[in-house]
Amino acid sequence: MPITGPTKLFLRIATAATLAFLYAPLVVIVIYAFNSTRVQTWPPRGLTLSWFSAALANTGARDALLTSIKVGVAATVVALLLGSLMAYALARFDFFGRTSVSFLVVLPIALPGIVTGIALNATFTQILGLDLSLLTVIVGHATFCVVVVFNNVVARLRRTPTSLEEAAADLGATALRGFADVTFPQMRSALIAGALLAFALSFDEVIVTTFTIGDAQTLPIWILNNLSRPRNLPVVNVVAVLVIILSLIPVWIAQRLSSDPVTAVGTVRDTPAEPMI
Amino acid sequence: MSSSRPAGRHPLAGLFWRSRRLRIGSLLAAPLSWLGVVYLGSLVVLLITAFWSLNEFSGQIVKGFSLENFQTLIEQPVYRRIIARTVSIAAVVTISDILLALPIALLMSRASSLRTKGLLVVAILTPLWASYLVKVYAWRTMFAADGVLNWLLDPFGLTVPTSGYIRVWIVMAYLWLPYMILPIYAGLERIPDSLLDASGDLGARPLKTFRNVVVPLLMPAVAAGSIFTFSLTLGDYITPQLVSNTQFIGNVVYANVGIANNLPLAAALATVPIVVMILYLFGAKRLGAFEAL
Amino acid sequence: MRAMWLCVACAIAVGITACGSSNDSASTSGDFAVPKVPMQSSIGAGEGALNLVAWAGYAEDGSTDPNVNWVSQFEKNTGCKVNTKTAGTSDEMVTLMRTGRYDGVSASGNASVKLIAGGDVAPVNTKLLTNYSNIYPDLKNQPYNSVGGQMYGAPHGRGANLLMWRTDKVKPAPDSWSVVWDQNSPYKGKITAYDDPIYIADAALYLSKTQPDLKITNPYELDQTQFDAAVALLKKQKPLIGQYWSDYTKSQSAFAQGDVVEGTTWQVIANLLKADKVPVATVLPKEGSTGWSDTWMVSSKAAHPNCMYEWMNWIETPKVQAQVAEWFGEAPANSQACQYTTDPNHCKTYNAGDLNFWKKIAFWATPTSNCRDGRGNQCVDYSKWVQAWTEIKG
Repeated sequence: MPITGPTKLFLRIATAATLAFLYAPLVVIVIYAFNSTRVQTWPPRGLTLSWFSAALANTGARDALLTSIKVGVAATVVALLLGSLMAYALARFDFFGRTSVSFLVVLPIALPGIVTGIALNATFTQILGLDLSLLTVIVGHATFCVVVVFNNVVARLRRTPTSLEEAAADLGATALRGFADVTFPQMRSALIAGALLAFALSFDEVIVTTFTIGDAQTLPIWILNNLSRPRNLPVVNVVAVLVIILSLIPVWIAQRLSSDPVTAVGTVRDTPAEPMI
Repeated sequence: MSSSRPAGRHPLAGLFWRSRRLRIGSLLAAPLSWLGVVYLGSLVVLLITAFWSLNEFSGQIVKGFSLENFQTLIEQPVYRRIIARTVSIAAVVTISDILLALPIALLMSRASSLRTKGLLVVAILTPLWASYLVKVYAWRTMFAADGVLNWLLDPFGLTVPTSGYIRVWIVMAYLWLPYMILPIYAGLERIPDSLLDASGDLGARPLKTFRNVVVPLLMPAVAAGSIFTFSLTLGDYITPQLVSNTQFIGNVVYANVGIANNLPLAAALATVPIVVMILYLFGAKRLGAFEAL
Repeated sequence: MRAMWLCVACAIAVGITACGSSNDSASTSGDFAVPKVPMQSSIGAGEGALNLVAWAGYAEDGSTDPNVNWVSQFEKNTGCKVNTKTAGTSDEMVTLMRTGRYDGVSASGNASVKLIAGGDVAPVNTKLLTNYSNIYPDLKNQPYNSVGGQMYGAPHGRGANLLMWRTDKVKPAPDSWSVVWDQNSPYKGKITAYDDPIYIADAALYLSKTQPDLKITNPYELDQTQFDAAVALLKKQKPLIGQYWSDYTKSQSAFAQGDVVEGTTWQVIANLLKADKVPVATVLPKEGSTGWSDTWMVSSKAAHPNCMYEWMNWIETPKVQAQVAEWFGEAPANSQACQYTTDPNHCKTYNAGDLNFWKKIAFWATPTSNCRDGRGNQCVDYSKWVQAWTEIKG
């Protein structure tokens, strides 16, 4: 179905409008990061760079950013391990209860954050008797990050034929070697996409985090605390702008690392000419 | 696709494990024990709390079996209204996002070079990295009486919507849009050109091809994306609080936890999104969403 | 895997039936019965750490602004390393204190009573508080920080809920709360109110002056008739409200951007708006108003009680009181603080020493079913306030 002429023009306009919609609030955030007053009136009364220096001096924001990165990386690693394990089991084996497991995996992300938050809080504090700390936050985040990695890897594994793994075994490769040389490279871009989305989810999560964090602050918690302090509102805008800019780096790297145009769900365009046995 | 393989025939069989169950078991043990025992267990705890009640005089939670919270939810009109409102806005946001996502996904998938595809994917992913809270706050600023939206709409004689429901709708549709665009894009990518060519060869105009071939094939992807938009809208309490005065399920749940100590009522109300999402997941599974997440 | 789901169902059924005891404590008329919690008799050696739950701005350690820091000096003086958990609402504070992980909390009146009644905080030995004698007398032994003459905390500071309006949009200048309750208000849709069930007390306060036959004496302890009248008034007010505000940024933005032109506010919001050249003015209306008075309380399960007492002493020293009051925007509790504020008019702006001003303020307290006067147990419990507030907002 070739898309030509008027249809293409319509799609182009619609895409431009959608992108404008997606970026409008971000532009507003950037503008107000330079706002000279604390109240965000329109148009802004003046521009200043002073909030940038205030933000850089704000140790609370720095610590929160580091904590967020720590939690994000840890949650992503856990999600990668557990998610790919489960995905491999589900995609390569047929067993009783497969549907229940895929259902269970989706549940943490499908249920509203407040439900997961309250439930996890009750589990940690009342049933397990643990103190709330970074560990509980990481566990909480990993719970819903697993599904993202899981879905990407399952989708990819479903698409890759087992014939290659079988061929490797026939050629004498051990299970581990077969996995490392044959399966893993095929999963790689799906893992990267999954890891990226998992990190983004963890980095920006606030609802479950409020219920599972102790005294520490992740960046969203810091932002939440400071949004209700009018004095600090412009600093929050600056921090947000810096985060957006910094985040372009990993996203761009991930795009480069993936050899094909990978979407966040890590699927590949079928080439119909390829015979699937 | 995978099929049953008798033990011993699978590539990995002979080398480490004899028993297939042991293999599967060891692969699944860690994640399942976490998900099954701890997470499910905590949900069960929450559900149990919903059947308790609050003694008005002492302010203590009474741990006996009681259906009064569910009775309150069903009988009192305000809770019925809030539940209906929340479910309806989740549906409305989902539908809007599907409609908003289709044009850009179509362009990306069917009418773009490889490089453009990559750039557009980055363009869609980037807003996800701006903090949720800051984005919602930016929308609040934009909705203000003398904010940028009114400034833009004024020449046309329009004003910013004052209804809290509409504002929350706009902001939620905005927030979850990338989560809908990407699965639909992935779904479109999976449709082989050959099918569309065949449809054209059989005499169908592009619109008919779209309606009869593309849309049915896209259903799993749409269902997959809708799981995110539906559930994220269903449970959000921060956005309604920041941009409106309207109450949704999340707000009322949050209000009852704390000084009110009415954990039973909060838990009872929290079971509503749980039930809705479980039903939704079953429906989505029927549409093949789990294959397309 | 159907077995797994069956197990889940089983677990729920078992859980409900197994936990079948009911806790019903009878309350006495007069002041409510308080669980017995031991009171500290002396301050021993510091334990080296302190975990606090506080409002944002109450325990600044330089991480917000390097020049705003009264925690570091405390840590140097006492060796107690401070960890602060910032809470956004009184609800959060109560939930956090119930976990028993924290040593102290800066509780507002709507939280403090709940904490006392729940046995989550310990009575405070005022003999151990070095600055107690300089605390304004009308902050001592109040219904929101004491029971039966026993203090449960160290007063921190207080503020009033004032009426604020945009001077360029609202004329003439109001002097009564009637402007926010008036059905025929010309500013319909541009009025603001505090988004919290405790606002029902503001309605009750207004009714106590305009409908004296209801005999409302304490806006926080309402019997069913008085409560229903207050709720009815609030339901009638709803169409007038442009925005309810829950955090003060929301209120600040709303006034600055013209979404609202009059309504409830805190002095600090007015100051911030004036600093940003937004034309506003405030007044304490003739009916009086509600307000908040914060108290530092010691957890009954405190792991570091000595450090907590040291903190309570530190936070009440005049210089620190001045710093806190100016940073947060409230009236200090220590009368000696006024000489140390950088703005010499601070205490005057916030009415710190004006005892007549504070007589007109009904400080937030947690509504309990025990009316705490001769009426016994017929008052409406806070959990019902929350449900009513849900209904009012619709």
